[in-house]
Amino acid sequence: MAKEHFDAIVVGAGPSGNAATYTLAKAGLKVLQIERGEYPGSKNVQGAILYANALEKIIPDFRDDAPLERHIIEQRMWMLDDTSFVGTHYRSDDYNKPPYNRYTIIRAQFDKWFSSKVREAGALLICETTVEELLMDGQRCIGVRCDRMGGEVYADVVVLADGVNSTLARKAGFHGEIEARNVALAVKEILFMPEEVIQARFNIGEDSGVVIEMMGSVTEGMVGTGFLYTNKDSLTIGVGCMLSDFKANPKRTTPYALLEKLKAHPSIAPLIEGGEMKEYAAHLIPEGGFHAVPQIYGEGWMIVGDSGGFVNAAHREGSNLAMTTGRLAAETVIAAKAAGQPLTAKTLAAYKAALDQSFVMKDLKKYRDLPEVLHTSPQFFTTYPALLNRAAQTLFTVDGVDKKTKEREILGSFKSARRLGGLMSDAFKIWRAVR
Amino acid sequence: MNVNVEEKLFQNRYKVDHGRPHIQIKNPAVCSNDCQSQACTFVCPASCYKAEGNRTVTLITDGCLECGSCRVICTEHANVAWEYPRGGYGILFKFG
Repeated sequence: MAKEHFDAIVVGAGPSGNAATYTLAKAGLKVLQIERGEYPGSKNVQGAILYANALEKIIPDFRDDAPLERHIIEQRMWMLDDTSFVGTHYRSDDYNKPPYNRYTIIRAQFDKWFSSKVREAGALLICETTVEELLMDGQRCIGVRCDRMGGEVYADVVVLADGVNSTLARKAGFHGEIEARNVALAVKEILFMPEEVIQARFNIGEDSGVVIEMMGSVTEGMVGTGFLYTNKDSLTIGVGCMLSDFKANPKRTTPYALLEKLKAHPSIAPLIEGGEMKEYAAHLIPEGGFHAVPQIYGEGWMIVGDSGGFVNAAHREGSNLAMTTGRLAAETVIAAKAAGQPLTAKTLAAYKAALDQSFVMKDLKKYRDLPEVLHTSPQFFTTYPALLNRAAQTLFTVDGVDKKTKEREILGSFKSARRLGGLMSDAFKIWRAVR
Repeated sequence: MNVNVEEKLFQNRYKVDHGRPHIQIKNPAVCSNDCQSQACTFVCPASCYKAEGNRTVTLITDGCLECGSCRVICTEHANVAWEYPRGGYGILFKFG
């Protein structure tokens, strides 16, 4: 077989890989995209929320034919204890007017659709093919070796969009093994039920949807959250905690037992009742943030999406960072090619510069200390949700005790749990970590 | 809480690469003799790793969800050889 040479090879057909490949192909570059799944999406797992803005910048009219489930009109945040929750709900009819801001999606369907656009743009996609290693010429990446096709393919640049378990970057020595404290392990199920039931239970119309994010006793003191999203005729429910916390949990709770516990919570169970479970999935989410982002470019290689740790855990954003990093990586390559420059580390540094100027690195930088604060402050996941729930119960139970006494009791419960100094320091820590 | 994870995995679609597991325990003696926590036996979301009575750990990858947790938590001993399955094999998410 003659040595085939491409302008770029993109490994992976998730949001970052598709964004990169689409942008490159659209600009007329000769691109090969390699996907290990049977079809794009068959290996991919997400909550899943699609933020419109990032995709709009790549495919402005995506709403015309993308498989979207429901646009989100209401965001709930719940703090749970074992029997109750205190929550905030934000719902706005402004979110009910197009163009909608975000949607629930089914990743297998969405990725398939995105991939069809990539192929229309002119890229060559090969599925059911695992890239085994990068081909290096000294420091320079010159192509990839696959587990089929008789092997080796060459390109000016290889874009790694191979997801959180980027074995390729590790084998090539671009960065070390990911750390358990920098990734969350999430498990989820998809539960099918009639549309009308979902609409009645969540008080929504035919196309609108609700997102619930949860924290508290459901994670057994581990740093993590639960989530419940409404799709068209299904719900996705899941829970994720830092992998290091799963490992250290003295109760040795399994992820699936944690999920069952969440599903059985008296505030959740009625919402999912009767749902028919059709799939169970698990995934690592790179939540280490700013400090965990590795070197993302070098001689003839670039890293995008989960592979580079591009997730904003504080705001539960990932696919938008993935698509944006994929697009910016591609635009860097396109600009260098147009200027007749070789794709060296020096040229590709423009990718990092573009990321630094974008919301991606700005947001990661803003929350750079949050992972550390949460790691060292389990009270945000245990004490405070419990205190808030007890406070609400004290206040809302009418039992002949006067309100002033109740308020004193609530204040007392906070002080005895954390003392005044602890409360102040917790507030300060959080303020500093998110300012 | 006792949860039957096999029931969950039963809903999933797999194309098993028979006789070619993509994950292997490098040295079983390390699990038996050196690893105190055997965290893989309760952290794996597909329960691929089983703690047997005699302190050995067995691995069956048929239900693997390809999350990578086992490799990442085995940092002390680095005793998990973890590769992606051959192209097309392994879990095939219908929804994802």
